[in-house]
Amino acid sequence: MTLAEKILAAHAGKESVRVGEFVNVKVDMVMASDLTAHIAADQFERMGAKRPFDPRKVVFVMDHFFPNKDVAAAEQIKRLREFSKKHGLLFVEAIDGGIEHVYLPEKGLVLPGDVVVGADSHTCTYGALGAFATGMGSTDIAVAMVTGEIWMKVPPTIKFNYKGKLPAWVTGKDLILYTIGRITVDGALYAAMEFTGEAIEELSMDSRFTMANMAIEAGAKTGIVAVDDKTRAYVKGRTTRPYKVYTTNSEADYASIVDYDVSKLEPQVAVPHSPDNVRSISEVSDIEVDQVVIGSCTNGRLEDFEYAARILRGKRVHPGIRCIVIPGSQEVYLAALRAGLIEVFVRAGAVVGPPTCGPCVGGHMGILAAGERCASTTNRNFIGRMGSPRSEIYLVNPAVAAASAITGRLTDPKEVVDR
Amino acid sequence: MIRGKVHKFGKNIDTDAIIAAKYANITDPPELGKHCMENIDPDFGKRVEKGDIIVATTNFGCGSSREIAPVTIKGAGVAAVVAKSFARIFFRNAINTGLPLLECAEAVDASDPGDTLEIDLSTGTVRNTTKNLVFSAVPYPEFVTELITAGGLVESVMKKMSKEDKGP
Repeated sequence: MTLAEKILAAHAGKESVRVGEFVNVKVDMVMASDLTAHIAADQFERMGAKRPFDPRKVVFVMDHFFPNKDVAAAEQIKRLREFSKKHGLLFVEAIDGGIEHVYLPEKGLVLPGDVVVGADSHTCTYGALGAFATGMGSTDIAVAMVTGEIWMKVPPTIKFNYKGKLPAWVTGKDLILYTIGRITVDGALYAAMEFTGEAIEELSMDSRFTMANMAIEAGAKTGIVAVDDKTRAYVKGRTTRPYKVYTTNSEADYASIVDYDVSKLEPQVAVPHSPDNVRSISEVSDIEVDQVVIGSCTNGRLEDFEYAARILRGKRVHPGIRCIVIPGSQEVYLAALRAGLIEVFVRAGAVVGPPTCGPCVGGHMGILAAGERCASTTNRNFIGRMGSPRSEIYLVNPAVAAASAITGRLTDPKEVVDR
Repeated sequence: MIRGKVHKFGKNIDTDAIIAAKYANITDPPELGKHCMENIDPDFGKRVEKGDIIVATTNFGCGSSREIAPVTIKGAGVAAVVAKSFARIFFRNAINTGLPLLECAEAVDASDPGDTLEIDLSTGTVRNTTKNLVFSAVPYPEFVTELITAGGLVESVMKKMSKEDKGP
């Protein structure tokens, strides 16, 4: 069995599972956001449930329209606050909060070997910890909240093996964009993507989260990275809960194996309007932008802001460009503050906002007008995703985003640093 | 029997196209339906008639986990979606919200906008009456069929709960 299959088997109470088999699995954490939790709460009440299966294993994170973008969002979040209090759930809002997929790992709420389900498609982010994590809709999540179980079809696992050492300014974001560009947005439909190889071993946990985060953009059920010393070091001190480490038995267990040599990879850009519409930065460096967003569940962690600050230190954002920096959580914000990064951003002319999904999901705090272009470290460049259906989104890594903020066009970080 | 006109779309129709996140606070299905496909086909909400059928190619419903996506399609009056393949979260959400999905590549290739389709959900038969062609959709997995027969996931959990203890 593969790593993913072993986790599902263990949670289904079975010795083994087969690809394509339908199993009921026990869940270790159930998550929903302000965008999806209200429907889950409705279904919970419709089922006549008196309490969640385990309130410590249910978390509602207010992040999409947080801070409340309008009265409707405020009313919905108010209702969820009351629902959470009534049932003793973990309710994450302003105090020590953040974007769900940044917040849950950093608080040790999701661990290696766990099965995690969330009413958000980017729940697959936690696969970076060697967990089986996947997104579902609100009704499935309500059922998991009530019963502690949910049905799943065991996915085949595709192994992605990244050979070679990554060049400077090439990050986990570039690996995943490159991969999606190669296999397309349904290249891993219904499958688990296991990320392995020399380049993955070298990647930080922050970059691994970025990769697992965008597995859904290839249609995958989850993206997963086997536990190593970096994972153990990350988890250490965040929890006292014991966890289990699983590994794939043999190469023969994979449905297929894909090898990429990434030693000469350039920073990658997904151009409108699909995450698989991927180019190298050198092919698109004449495209002018109006806005830059650095943050999100994809690239809102400390390493991302370190990359951006290395570019922006002592420089100025190009006149007319709106550079919006959004730490993924209060913890990341504080770490960036302590490291002096926030000052770098403000002095460079960037605006630093509170943790939120706002601009990425077209909610608030960075909406685009018709004809505007944005270089963004987020995960989706669908039509109208960040505002006007006539706006354009270019998905990039944080260093490219920062370099583009300085020049006003899509820019290879090398160009700015050498100058 | 479902009978309606074809509205044809291409590949990778994402959830932001089906319903933009800015409408996520709306709960009324017909109100959501007015904004269905707004980002890619602004007049769809006005053009679509009750009982019509969306026909699309691959990976329909990719993107977000928002359950309002199938609710929006139903709210617009659409009776079923016929596609070559569906994104997995959308598939689960459609099952849970009662939007019929039919995986039938041949019917997709053979159908043009404005054609009339007749769909028999019990047999998975898709009939293009404009062109006088008949196709068979790929059946749902047995597990999913049983779930639907049981009245859906929520109903089956409720049945289980009424047998057991609902809690103190």
